[in-house]
Amino acid sequence: MFKSILHHSAASGDDCSKVCCTKIENFGVGFGETKLFSGVNLHVHCGQLTAVIGPNGAGKSTLLKAILGEVPHEGKLNYIDAKGKHTGHPVIGYVPQYLRFDVSAPASVMDIFMACLSGLPVWLCSSQKLRARVKEDLARVKAEHLIDRRLGALSGGELQRVLLALALDPMPDLLLLDEPVSGVDHNGLVLFYQILAELREKEDIAIILISHDLHLMAKHADQVVLMDHGVVTCGTPKEVFGNPRTQEIFGLITELPDEEAV
Amino acid sequence: MENIYMLLEMLLPFEWVEHTFMKNAFLAVLLVTPLFGILSTMVVSNRMAFFSDSLGHGAFTGIALGAILGMGSPLASLIIFSLVFALLITYIKNNSRTSADTVIGVFSSTAVAVGLMLMSRGGGFNKFSSYLIGDILSITPEDLAALLLVFIVVVTAWAFLFNRLLVLSINASFAGSRGIHVFLTESLFAALLAVVVAVSIQWVGLLIINSLLVLPAAAARNAASGVKEYHLLSVGTAMISGVTGLISAYYFNMAAGAAIVAAAAVIFFATWMLRGKFLNKT
Repeated sequence: MFKSILHHSAASGDDCSKVCCTKIENFGVGFGETKLFSGVNLHVHCGQLTAVIGPNGAGKSTLLKAILGEVPHEGKLNYIDAKGKHTGHPVIGYVPQYLRFDVSAPASVMDIFMACLSGLPVWLCSSQKLRARVKEDLARVKAEHLIDRRLGALSGGELQRVLLALALDPMPDLLLLDEPVSGVDHNGLVLFYQILAELREKEDIAIILISHDLHLMAKHADQVVLMDHGVVTCGTPKEVFGNPRTQEIFGLITELPDEEAV
Repeated sequence: MENIYMLLEMLLPFEWVEHTFMKNAFLAVLLVTPLFGILSTMVVSNRMAFFSDSLGHGAFTGIALGAILGMGSPLASLIIFSLVFALLITYIKNNSRTSADTVIGVFSSTAVAVGLMLMSRGGGFNKFSSYLIGDILSITPEDLAALLLVFIVVVTAWAFLFNRLLVLSINASFAGSRGIHVFLTESLFAALLAVVVAVSIQWVGLLIINSLLVLPAAAARNAASGVKEYHLLSVGTAMISGVTGLISAYYFNMAAGAAIVAAAAVIFFATWMLRGKFLNKT
Protein backbone atom coordinates (compact mmCIF):
# COMPACT_ATOMS: atom_id res chain seq x y z
CA MET A 1 0.00 0.00 0.00
CA PHE A 2 2.70 2.40 0.91
CA LYS A 3 5.00 1.44 -1.92
CA SER A 4 3.16 2.42 -5.02
CA ILE A 5 4.85 3.73 -8.11
CA LEU A 6 2.87 6.44 -9.78
CA HIS A 7 1.70 6.07 -13.32
CA HIS A 8 -0.64 8.84 -14.19
CA SER A 9 -2.94 8.19 -17.09
CA ALA A 10 -2.22 11.41 -18.92
CA ALA A 11 -1.32 11.33 -22.60
CA SER A 12 2.39 11.87 -22.13
CA GLY A 13 2.83 8.23 -21.25
CA ASP A 14 4.01 6.63 -18.10
CA ASP A 15 7.69 6.25 -18.79
CA CYS A 16 10.28 8.95 -18.57
CA SER A 17 11.86 8.41 -21.95
CA LYS A 18 9.91 10.87 -24.09
CA VAL A 19 9.42 13.95 -21.95
CA CYS A 20 11.48 15.53 -19.26
CA CYS A 21 10.65 14.06 -15.94
CA THR A 22 11.63 14.18 -12.31
CA LYS A 23 11.71 10.80 -10.64
CA ILE A 24 11.42 10.65 -6.89
CA GLU A 25 12.55 7.17 -5.93
CA ASN A 26 11.83 5.56 -2.61
CA PHE A 27 11.94 8.75 -0.54
CA GLY A 28 11.77 8.43 3.22
CA VAL A 29 12.30 10.83 6.10
CA GLY A 30 12.62 10.14 9.78
CA PHE A 31 13.54 12.23 12.78
CA GLY A 32 15.31 10.02 15.29
CA GLU A 33 13.32 6.85 15.85
CA THR A 34 10.09 7.97 14.24
CA LYS A 35 9.57 7.59 10.53
CA LEU A 36 7.60 10.47 9.12
CA PHE A 37 7.09 8.75 5.79
CA SER A 38 8.80 6.12 3.67
CA GLY A 39 8.66 4.50 0.26
CA VAL A 40 7.44 7.51 -1.64
CA ASN A 41 7.81 7.08 -5.40
CA LEU A 42 6.62 9.80 -7.74
CA HIS A 43 7.16 10.64 -11.38
CA VAL A 44 6.53 14.25 -12.17
CA HIS A 45 6.42 15.23 -15.83
CA CYS A 46 7.06 18.64 -17.29
CA GLY A 47 4.03 20.74 -18.00
CA GLN A 48 1.99 18.85 -15.45
CA LEU A 49 0.57 19.81 -12.10
CA THR A 50 0.83 17.24 -9.34
CA ALA A 51 -1.30 17.96 -6.29
CA VAL A 52 -0.33 16.51 -2.92
CA ILE A 53 -3.21 16.23 -0.49
CA GLY A 54 -3.50 14.65 2.93
CA PRO A 55 -4.29 15.33 6.58
CA ASN A 56 -2.17 17.70 8.66
CA GLY A 57 1.08 16.14 9.81
CA ALA A 58 1.06 13.62 6.97
CA GLY A 59 4.52 14.70 5.86
CA LYS A 60 3.55 16.81 2.85
CA SER A 61 5.70 19.84 3.62
CA THR A 62 8.57 17.62 4.70
CA LEU A 63 8.38 15.78 1.37
CA LEU A 64 8.92 19.11 -0.41
CA LYS A 65 11.81 19.94 1.89
CA ALA A 66 13.34 16.52 1.20
CA ILE A 67 13.04 17.18 -2.55
CA LEU A 68 14.76 20.53 -1.95
CA GLY A 69 17.53 18.65 -0.17
CA GLU A 70 17.00 20.59 3.04
CA VAL A 71 15.88 17.60 5.09
CA PRO A 72 18.09 14.49 5.17
CA HIS A 73 16.25 11.68 3.44
CA GLU A 74 16.46 8.19 1.98
CA GLY A 75 15.99 7.59 -1.70
CA LYS A 76 17.06 9.34 -4.86
CA LEU A 77 15.97 12.24 -7.00
CA ASN A 78 16.57 11.87 -10.73
CA TYR A 79 15.92 14.46 -13.35
CA ILE A 80 15.83 13.52 -16.99
CA ASP A 81 15.41 16.16 -19.66
CA ALA A 82 13.35 15.97 -22.87
CA LYS A 83 16.15 14.31 -24.87
CA GLY A 84 16.25 11.46 -22.40
CA LYS A 85 19.67 12.46 -21.13
CA HIS A 86 20.25 12.07 -17.47
CA THR A 87 20.95 15.59 -16.23
CA GLY A 88 21.34 15.13 -12.51
CA HIS A 89 19.63 17.54 -10.18
CA PRO A 90 16.87 19.77 -11.54
CA VAL A 91 16.70 23.50 -10.92
CA ILE A 92 14.05 23.77 -8.22
CA GLY A 93 11.89 26.77 -7.44
CA TYR A 94 10.16 26.90 -4.07
CA VAL A 95 7.31 28.97 -2.67
CA PRO A 96 7.11 28.64 1.11
CA GLN A 97 4.02 28.22 3.24
CA TYR A 98 5.10 30.47 6.08
CA LEU A 99 7.15 33.62 6.05
CA ARG A 100 9.67 33.96 8.82
CA PHE A 101 9.87 37.57 7.79
CA ASP A 102 8.36 40.24 9.93
CA VAL A 103 6.35 41.62 7.01
CA SER A 104 6.19 45.08 8.51
CA ALA A 105 9.96 45.33 8.09
CA PRO A 106 10.97 47.90 5.52
CA ALA A 107 11.79 46.05 2.33
CA SER A 108 10.22 46.66 -1.05
CA VAL A 109 9.45 44.00 -3.63
CA MET A 110 12.37 45.33 -5.72
CA ASP A 111 14.70 44.99 -2.70
CA ILE A 112 13.82 41.32 -2.26
CA PHE A 113 14.32 40.58 -5.97
CA MET A 114 17.65 42.36 -5.94
CA ALA A 115 18.76 40.40 -2.89
CA CYS A 116 17.91 37.16 -4.70
CA LEU A 117 19.26 37.99 -8.13
CA SER A 118 22.24 40.23 -7.58
CA GLY A 119 25.48 40.14 -5.69
CA LEU A 120 25.46 43.91 -5.24
CA PRO A 121 24.47 44.88 -1.71
CA VAL A 122 20.88 46.12 -1.74
CA TRP A 123 21.58 48.74 0.94
CA LEU A 124 24.24 50.42 -1.17
CA CYS A 125 23.53 49.93 -4.87
CA SER A 126 20.67 50.05 -7.32
CA SER A 127 20.58 48.72 -10.85
CA GLN A 128 18.36 49.87 -13.71
CA LYS A 129 19.19 46.80 -15.75
CA LEU A 130 18.00 44.56 -12.96
CA ARG A 131 14.84 46.62 -12.59
CA ALA A 132 13.84 45.79 -16.16
CA ARG A 133 14.36 42.10 -15.49
CA VAL A 134 12.31 42.28 -12.29
CA LYS A 135 9.48 43.99 -14.17
CA GLU A 136 9.45 41.10 -16.62
CA ASP A 137 9.45 38.60 -13.76
CA LEU A 138 6.56 40.37 -12.09
CA ALA A 139 4.63 40.68 -15.37
CA ARG A 140 4.63 36.89 -15.52
CA VAL A 141 2.47 36.84 -12.39
CA LYS A 142 0.54 40.02 -13.28
CA ALA A 143 2.17 42.01 -10.51
CA GLU A 144 4.42 44.55 -12.25
CA HIS A 145 2.59 47.40 -10.50
CA LEU A 146 3.82 46.07 -7.14
CA ILE A 147 7.54 46.59 -7.77
CA ASP A 148 8.01 49.50 -5.37
CA ARG A 149 5.51 48.40 -2.73
CA ARG A 150 6.58 47.47 0.74
CA LEU A 151 6.15 43.73 1.44
CA GLY A 152 4.02 44.58 4.45
CA ALA A 153 1.61 46.57 2.28
CA LEU A 154 0.78 43.58 0.04
CA SER A 155 -2.35 41.47 0.40
CA GLY A 156 -1.98 37.70 0.94
CA GLY A 157 -2.61 37.01 -2.75
CA GLU A 158 -0.22 39.69 -3.93
CA LEU A 159 2.52 38.43 -1.62
CA GLN A 160 2.14 34.87 -2.90
CA ARG A 161 2.32 36.05 -6.52
CA VAL A 162 5.48 38.00 -5.73
CA LEU A 163 7.02 34.93 -4.09
CA LEU A 164 5.97 32.85 -7.11
CA ALA A 165 7.68 35.36 -9.42
CA LEU A 166 10.83 35.05 -7.28
CA ALA A 167 10.74 31.26 -7.55
CA LEU A 168 10.48 31.57 -11.36
CA ASP A 169 13.75 33.47 -11.84
CA PRO A 170 15.85 31.57 -12.81
CA MET A 171 13.16 29.43 -14.48
CA PRO A 172 13.11 26.12 -12.61
CA ASP A 173 12.58 22.63 -14.04
CA LEU A 174 10.52 21.77 -11.02
CA LEU A 175 8.36 24.17 -9.03
CA LEU A 176 7.36 23.30 -5.46
CA LEU A 177 4.43 25.15 -3.92
CA ASP A 178 3.68 24.58 -0.24
CA GLU A 179 0.07 25.61 0.32
CA PRO A 180 0.65 28.75 -1.68
CA VAL A 181 -2.92 29.95 -1.42
CA SER A 182 -3.68 29.74 2.28
CA GLY A 183 -5.18 33.02 3.37
CA VAL A 184 -5.90 34.18 -0.17
CA ASP A 185 -9.37 35.40 -1.18
CA HIS A 186 -11.42 33.87 -3.99
CA ASN A 187 -10.33 36.27 -6.74
CA GLY A 188 -6.73 35.77 -5.68
CA LEU A 189 -7.17 31.99 -5.94
CA VAL A 190 -8.62 32.11 -9.43
CA LEU A 191 -5.83 34.41 -10.59
CA PHE A 192 -3.18 32.19 -8.99
CA TYR A 193 -4.38 29.05 -10.77
CA GLN A 194 -4.74 30.95 -14.03
CA ILE A 195 -1.07 31.98 -13.73
CA LEU A 196 -0.06 28.38 -12.99
CA ALA A 197 -1.96 27.15 -16.07
CA GLU A 198 -0.15 29.71 -18.25
CA LEU A 199 3.19 28.70 -16.77
CA ARG A 200 2.68 25.02 -17.53
CA GLU A 201 1.75 25.82 -21.07
CA LYS A 202 4.42 28.41 -21.86
CA GLU A 203 7.38 27.30 -19.81
CA ASP A 204 6.73 23.57 -19.67
CA ILE A 205 7.75 23.21 -16.04
CA ALA A 206 6.63 20.52 -13.65
CA ILE A 207 4.73 21.69 -10.59
CA ILE A 208 4.16 19.94 -7.27
CA LEU A 209 1.52 21.70 -5.20
CA ILE A 210 0.35 21.04 -1.67
CA SER A 211 -3.21 22.15 -1.16
CA HIS A 212 -6.25 21.64 0.99
CA ASP A 213 -8.58 22.94 -1.67
CA LEU A 214 -9.93 19.71 -3.14
CA HIS A 215 -12.30 21.47 -5.55
CA LEU A 216 -9.58 23.43 -7.26
CA MET A 217 -7.27 20.42 -7.25
CA ALA A 218 -9.94 18.36 -8.99
CA LYS A 219 -10.19 21.03 -11.65
CA HIS A 220 -6.52 21.87 -12.24
CA ALA A 221 -4.35 18.90 -11.28
CA ASP A 222 -3.12 16.27 -13.73
CA GLN A 223 -2.33 13.86 -10.96
CA VAL A 224 -3.27 13.78 -7.31
CA VAL A 225 -1.22 12.13 -4.56
CA LEU A 226 -2.88 11.31 -1.27
CA MET A 227 -0.27 11.23 1.47
CA ASP A 228 -0.56 9.96 5.00
CA HIS A 229 2.91 8.93 6.22
CA GLY A 230 3.57 7.60 2.75
CA VAL A 231 1.64 7.53 -0.50
CA VAL A 232 -1.84 6.12 0.17
CA THR A 233 -3.10 6.40 -3.35
CA CYS A 234 -2.39 8.38 -6.47
CA GLY A 235 -3.65 8.84 -9.99
CA THR A 236 -5.93 11.18 -11.86
CA PRO A 237 -8.14 13.39 -9.69
CA LYS A 238 -11.09 11.16 -10.62
CA GLU A 239 -9.34 8.00 -9.44
CA VAL A 240 -8.08 9.49 -6.21
CA PHE A 241 -11.27 11.23 -5.20
CA GLY A 242 -13.21 8.07 -6.00
CA ASN A 243 -10.95 5.97 -3.77
CA PRO A 244 -12.55 4.79 -0.52
CA ARG A 245 -9.36 5.71 1.40
CA THR A 246 -9.71 9.33 0.28
CA GLN A 247 -13.32 9.32 1.40
CA GLU A 248 -12.21 7.83 4.70
CA ILE A 249 -9.61 10.55 5.34
CA PHE A 250 -11.58 13.48 4.05
CA GLY A 251 -14.95 11.92 4.84
CA LEU A 252 -15.99 14.53 7.36
CA ILE A 253 -15.33 17.32 4.91
CA THR A 254 -18.46 17.52 2.83
CA GLU A 255 -16.84 19.44 0.03
CA LEU A 256 -15.46 16.42 -1.84
CA PRO A 257 -15.61 17.27 -5.52
CA ASP A 258 -18.40 15.52 -7.39
CA GLU A 259 -18.07 13.90 -10.79
CA GLU A 260 -18.98 17.01 -12.75
CA ALA A 261 -16.20 19.02 -11.22
CA VAL A 262 -13.79 16.32 -12.26
CA MET B 1 46.41 61.46 15.22
CA GLU B 2 47.50 65.06 15.92
CA ASN B 3 46.18 66.12 12.52
CA ILE B 4 42.80 64.58 13.21
CA TYR B 5 42.65 66.33 16.59
CA MET B 6 43.44 69.68 14.94
CA LEU B 7 40.84 69.11 12.28
CA LEU B 8 38.24 68.33 14.94
CA GLU B 9 39.09 71.50 16.85
CA MET B 10 38.79 73.53 13.68
CA LEU B 11 35.48 72.03 12.62
CA LEU B 12 33.91 71.97 16.07
CA PRO B 13 34.73 75.12 18.00
CA PHE B 14 33.07 73.99 21.25
CA GLU B 15 34.35 73.74 24.76
CA TRP B 16 34.08 69.95 24.99
CA VAL B 17 36.35 69.44 21.97
CA GLU B 18 39.30 70.92 23.86
CA HIS B 19 39.74 67.73 25.92
CA THR B 20 41.65 64.92 24.28
CA PHE B 21 39.49 62.27 25.97
CA MET B 22 36.41 63.89 24.42
CA LYS B 23 38.01 63.96 20.99
CA ASN B 24 38.82 60.25 21.33
CA ALA B 25 35.31 59.48 22.56
CA PHE B 26 33.81 61.49 19.70
CA LEU B 27 35.84 59.58 17.09
CA ALA B 28 34.92 56.28 18.73
CA VAL B 29 31.23 57.20 18.58
CA LEU B 30 31.57 58.05 14.87
CA LEU B 31 33.17 54.64 14.23
CA VAL B 32 30.95 52.43 16.38
CA THR B 33 27.44 53.85 16.06
CA PRO B 34 27.16 53.29 12.26
CA LEU B 35 27.96 49.62 12.90
CA PHE B 36 25.15 49.38 15.42
CA GLY B 37 22.94 51.13 12.87
CA ILE B 38 23.51 48.62 10.07
CA LEU B 39 23.56 45.49 12.23
CA SER B 40 20.40 46.50 14.03
CA THR B 41 18.40 46.47 10.77
CA MET B 42 18.68 42.69 10.62
CA VAL B 43 18.46 42.17 14.39
CA VAL B 44 15.04 43.82 14.29
CA SER B 45 13.83 42.35 10.98
CA ASN B 46 14.83 38.83 11.99
CA ARG B 47 13.44 39.17 15.52
CA MET B 48 16.83 38.59 17.08
CA ALA B 49 16.60 41.12 19.92
CA PHE B 50 16.75 38.36 22.51
CA PHE B 51 19.78 36.81 20.83
CA SER B 52 21.68 40.08 20.72
CA ASP B 53 20.75 40.64 24.36
CA SER B 54 22.31 37.30 25.25
CA LEU B 55 25.59 38.42 23.64
CA GLY B 56 25.81 41.18 26.24
CA HIS B 57 25.16 38.64 28.98
CA GLY B 58 27.75 36.28 27.54
CA ALA B 59 30.26 39.09 27.94
CA PHE B 60 30.03 38.69 31.74
CA THR B 61 31.85 35.38 31.48
CA GLY B 62 34.19 36.65 28.78
CA ILE B 63 35.40 39.56 30.89
CA ALA B 64 35.76 37.45 34.03
CA LEU B 65 37.74 34.78 32.19
CA GLY B 66 40.02 37.44 30.76
CA ALA B 67 40.75 38.77 34.23
CA ILE B 68 41.41 35.30 35.66
CA LEU B 69 43.67 34.24 32.81
CA GLY B 70 45.64 37.37 33.51
CA MET B 71 45.40 39.08 30.16
CA GLY B 72 46.28 42.75 30.33
CA SER B 73 43.18 43.89 28.50
CA PRO B 74 40.22 41.54 28.70
CA LEU B 75 39.31 42.44 25.10
CA ALA B 76 40.99 39.42 23.48
CA SER B 77 39.32 36.90 25.77
CA LEU B 78 36.07 38.82 25.47
CA ILE B 79 36.07 38.64 21.67
CA ILE B 80 37.02 34.97 21.61
CA PHE B 81 34.45 34.03 24.23
CA SER B 82 31.69 36.07 22.55
CA LEU B 83 32.40 34.40 19.21
CA VAL B 84 32.29 30.92 20.70
CA PHE B 85 29.16 31.79 22.64
CA ALA B 86 27.34 33.23 19.60
CA LEU B 87 28.31 30.35 17.30
CA LEU B 88 27.33 27.76 19.90
CA ILE B 89 23.86 29.27 20.30
CA THR B 90 23.42 29.45 16.52
CA TYR B 91 24.54 25.83 16.14
CA ILE B 92 22.26 24.46 18.85
CA LYS B 93 19.33 26.57 17.68
CA ASN B 94 19.69 25.04 14.21
CA ASN B 95 20.27 21.48 15.33
CA SER B 96 17.70 20.91 18.01
CA ARG B 97 13.96 21.06 18.04
CA THR B 98 13.92 23.19 21.17
CA SER B 99 12.62 26.68 20.52
CA ALA B 100 15.22 29.36 19.90
CA ASP B 101 13.92 31.38 22.85
CA THR B 102 14.62 28.56 25.26
CA VAL B 103 18.09 27.83 23.89
CA ILE B 104 19.07 31.50 24.11
CA GLY B 105 17.56 31.84 27.60
CA VAL B 106 19.51 28.85 28.89
CA PHE B 107 22.83 30.08 27.50
CA SER B 108 22.25 33.65 28.51
CA SER B 109 21.47 32.95 32.14
CA THR B 110 24.27 30.40 32.43
CA ALA B 111 26.76 32.94 31.14
CA VAL B 112 25.56 35.58 33.59
CA ALA B 113 25.77 33.13 36.49
CA VAL B 114 29.25 31.87 35.61
CA GLY B 115 30.45 35.42 35.02
CA LEU B 116 29.11 36.65 38.35
CA MET B 117 30.64 33.68 40.18
CA LEU B 118 34.05 34.32 38.69
CA MET B 119 33.88 38.09 39.19
CA SER B 120 32.74 37.95 42.79
CA ARG B 121 35.40 35.39 43.74
CA GLY B 122 37.32 36.78 46.71
CA GLY B 123 34.99 39.80 46.94
CA GLY B 124 36.57 41.59 43.99
CA PHE B 125 33.42 42.48 42.09
CA ASN B 126 33.88 46.24 42.30
CA LYS B 127 36.71 46.38 39.83
CA PHE B 128 34.33 45.06 37.18
CA SER B 129 31.56 47.52 37.84
CA SER B 130 32.81 49.91 35.16
CA TYR B 131 31.79 47.26 32.61
CA LEU B 132 28.20 47.47 33.75
CA ILE B 133 27.71 51.10 32.80
CA GLY B 134 30.68 51.55 30.49
CA ASP B 135 33.26 54.29 30.26
CA ILE B 136 33.51 55.91 26.85
CA LEU B 137 35.92 58.58 28.14
CA SER B 138 38.67 55.98 28.67
CA ILE B 139 39.24 55.33 24.97
CA THR B 140 42.87 55.51 23.84
CA PRO B 141 44.25 56.15 20.33
CA GLU B 142 45.21 52.42 20.21
CA ASP B 143 41.58 51.52 20.88
CA LEU B 144 40.57 53.83 18.04
CA ALA B 145 42.89 52.01 15.66
CA ALA B 146 41.31 48.70 16.66
CA LEU B 147 37.85 50.23 16.17
CA LEU B 148 38.80 51.42 12.69
CA LEU B 149 39.83 47.87 11.82
CA VAL B 150 36.54 46.47 13.15
CA PHE B 151 34.66 49.15 11.20
CA ILE B 152 36.30 48.14 7.93
CA VAL B 153 35.77 44.43 8.56
CA VAL B 154 32.09 44.81 9.47
CA VAL B 155 31.19 47.11 6.57
CA THR B 156 32.97 44.84 4.09
CA ALA B 157 31.29 41.75 5.54
CA TRP B 158 27.94 43.51 5.44
CA ALA B 159 28.35 44.19 1.71
CA PHE B 160 28.70 40.46 1.11
CA LEU B 161 26.30 39.19 3.73
CA PHE B 162 23.30 41.49 3.63
CA ASN B 163 21.56 40.15 0.50
CA ARG B 164 21.79 36.62 1.83
CA LEU B 165 20.41 37.68 5.19
CA LEU B 166 17.51 39.46 3.54
CA VAL B 167 16.59 36.37 1.51
CA LEU B 168 17.02 34.23 4.60
CA SER B 169 14.69 36.50 6.52
CA ILE B 170 11.85 35.54 4.14
CA ASN B 171 12.05 31.82 4.81
CA ALA B 172 14.94 29.43 5.48
CA SER B 173 13.80 26.78 2.99
CA PHE B 174 13.32 29.44 0.35
CA ALA B 175 16.85 30.71 0.96
CA GLY B 176 18.13 27.14 0.72
CA SER B 177 16.34 26.67 -2.60
CA ARG B 178 18.31 29.67 -3.90
CA GLY B 179 21.64 28.14 -2.94
CA ILE B 180 22.17 30.09 0.26
CA HIS B 181 23.95 28.21 3.01
CA VAL B 182 21.59 28.95 5.90
CA PHE B 183 23.80 27.94 8.83
CA LEU B 184 26.90 29.63 7.43
CA THR B 185 25.03 32.89 6.82
CA GLU B 186 23.46 32.90 10.28
CA SER B 187 26.80 32.07 11.88
CA LEU B 188 28.61 34.89 10.10
CA PHE B 189 25.95 37.35 11.19
CA ALA B 190 26.14 36.07 14.76
CA ALA B 191 29.93 36.42 14.63
CA LEU B 192 29.71 40.02 13.41
CA LEU B 193 27.29 40.85 16.21
CA ALA B 194 29.54 39.17 18.76
CA VAL B 195 32.61 41.12 17.66
CA VAL B 196 30.85 44.49 17.63
CA VAL B 197 29.29 43.85 21.04
CA ALA B 198 32.64 42.70 22.46
CA VAL B 199 34.63 45.72 21.27
CA SER B 200 32.07 48.28 22.35
CA ILE B 201 30.91 46.83 25.64
CA GLN B 202 33.57 48.50 27.76
CA TRP B 203 32.43 51.91 26.55
CA VAL B 204 28.70 51.43 26.27
CA GLY B 205 28.21 49.13 29.22
CA LEU B 206 26.81 45.61 29.65
CA LEU B 207 23.43 46.74 30.86
CA ILE B 208 22.41 48.79 27.84
CA ILE B 209 24.45 47.47 24.93
CA ASN B 210 21.47 45.62 23.49
CA SER B 211 19.45 48.83 23.23
CA LEU B 212 21.91 50.06 20.60
CA LEU B 213 21.23 46.93 18.55
CA VAL B 214 17.47 47.40 18.73
CA LEU B 215 16.57 51.08 18.96
CA PRO B 216 18.16 52.48 15.75
CA ALA B 217 16.36 50.04 13.45
CA ALA B 218 13.20 50.13 15.53
CA ALA B 219 13.10 53.89 15.02
CA ALA B 220 14.06 53.61 11.33
CA ARG B 221 11.32 51.14 10.50
CA ASN B 222 8.73 53.64 11.67
CA ALA B 223 9.63 55.79 8.70
CA ALA B 224 11.39 53.64 6.06
CA SER B 225 9.74 51.84 3.18
CA GLY B 226 12.75 50.26 1.52
CA VAL B 227 16.09 48.71 2.43
CA LYS B 228 18.14 51.78 1.51
CA GLU B 229 15.99 54.16 3.55
CA TYR B 230 16.00 51.64 6.38
CA HIS B 231 19.81 51.63 6.50
CA LEU B 232 20.12 55.37 6.09
CA LEU B 233 17.67 56.15 8.87
CA SER B 234 19.01 53.45 11.17
CA VAL B 235 22.61 54.61 10.80
CA GLY B 236 21.43 58.21 11.09
CA THR B 237 19.53 57.49 14.30
CA ALA B 238 22.50 55.66 15.80
CA MET B 239 25.00 58.40 14.92
CA ILE B 240 22.82 61.34 15.94
CA SER B 241 21.97 59.74 19.28
CA GLY B 242 25.64 58.80 19.72
CA VAL B 243 26.84 62.38 19.29
CA THR B 244 23.97 63.98 21.25
CA GLY B 245 24.37 61.43 24.03
CA LEU B 246 28.11 62.00 24.29
CA ILE B 247 27.84 65.79 24.40
CA SER B 248 24.96 65.85 26.88
CA ALA B 249 26.82 63.34 29.05
CA TYR B 250 29.78 65.75 29.11
CA TYR B 251 27.75 68.79 30.08
CA PHE B 252 25.54 67.02 32.63
CA ASN B 253 28.29 64.70 33.91
CA MET B 254 26.43 61.41 33.34
CA ALA B 255 27.28 57.98 31.92
CA ALA B 256 27.68 58.49 28.17
CA GLY B 257 26.41 55.05 27.16
CA ALA B 258 23.13 55.62 28.97
CA ALA B 259 22.74 59.09 27.49
CA ILE B 260 23.26 57.69 23.98
CA VAL B 261 20.60 55.03 24.51
CA ALA B 262 18.20 57.62 25.96
CA ALA B 263 18.69 59.83 22.90
CA ALA B 264 17.96 56.85 20.62
CA ALA B 265 14.84 56.11 22.65
CA VAL B 266 13.64 59.69 22.19
CA ILE B 267 14.05 59.32 18.42
CA PHE B 268 12.20 56.02 18.52
CA PHE B 269 9.19 57.43 20.35
CA ALA B 270 9.10 60.52 18.13
CA THR B 271 9.10 58.44 14.91
CA TRP B 272 6.64 55.99 16.44
CA MET B 273 4.12 58.74 17.04
CA LEU B 274 4.63 60.08 13.52
CA ARG B 275 4.76 56.71 11.76
CA GLY B 276 1.27 57.07 10.26
CA LYS B 277 2.46 60.14 8.38
CA PHE B 278 5.60 58.44 7.10
CA LEU B 279 4.09 55.19 5.91
CA ASN B 280 0.87 56.42 4.33
CA LYS B 281 2.58 56.89 1.03
CA THR B 282 3.01 53.18 0.44
